[in-house]
Amino acid sequence: MLKKESFDFELTRAPIDEKGLRAMCADPASGGYVSFEGWVRNHSEGQQVTRLEYEAYDALALKEGRKILREALEKFGVAQIVCRHFVGPLNIGEMAVFVGVSSGHRGEAFAACRYVIDEVKHRVPIWKKEFYLNGDSGWVRCERCAEGHDHSH
Amino acid sequence: MIKVHFFAILREQAGRDHWQGPLLEKANPKSLYDSLAREFGFSLTSKDLQVAVNDEFVDWNFSLQEGDEVVFIPPVAGG
Repeated sequence: MLKKESFDFELTRAPIDEKGLRAMCADPASGGYVSFEGWVRNHSEGQQVTRLEYEAYDALALKEGRKILREALEKFGVAQIVCRHFVGPLNIGEMAVFVGVSSGHRGEAFAACRYVIDEVKHRVPIWKKEFYLNGDSGWVRCERCAEGHDHSH
Repeated sequence: MIKVHFFAILREQAGRDHWQGPLLEKANPKSLYDSLAREFGFSLTSKDLQVAVNDEFVDWNFSLQEGDEVVFIPPVAGG
């Protein structure tokens, strides 16, 4: 069990243990628990995907991930937040990311969980390479940059 | 010397995961990236990237110092 008002963000190269992470959020003062799991799906932008690989810039990913969790604690006043992001190869249906939040009431738990996954996807230096059924592969959001897409960084 | 770590698409296009070179006068991440992009034929421009020095996000005009470790960050896609 994490201590009162705490957060835990780690990268993992082993399968995410969502049961263990949920147990870390146990808190007698919390009436609500909300979790999010990101799964590998078999399609992306009209293409059939067979598998993925995640790569991370560990030091900054950990810093930025922990910063996001601290922000969520402050903004939403929840009790405990855990987040794990997998790094390495994954098959369809496997778990890429987990977020768990416990709090006194459900409103802030939902909001904090949403905030964390949205910010993690937007800010943490982790990259995803997709492998397609037709044999092609590509780094998500990176392959068409040279064609002049509009980005907000 | 300064060291640059490459990840993801940059790593693949450079064919290596890091590069080391002398710190040039008035070097900043923009001038450094532009020269490496020419050398390695990177498809992304600095407009597409973020940059970190010594594990902190910095601006493109950050003043590089001797011993700095630089990472150019392609569009992130976690989660």
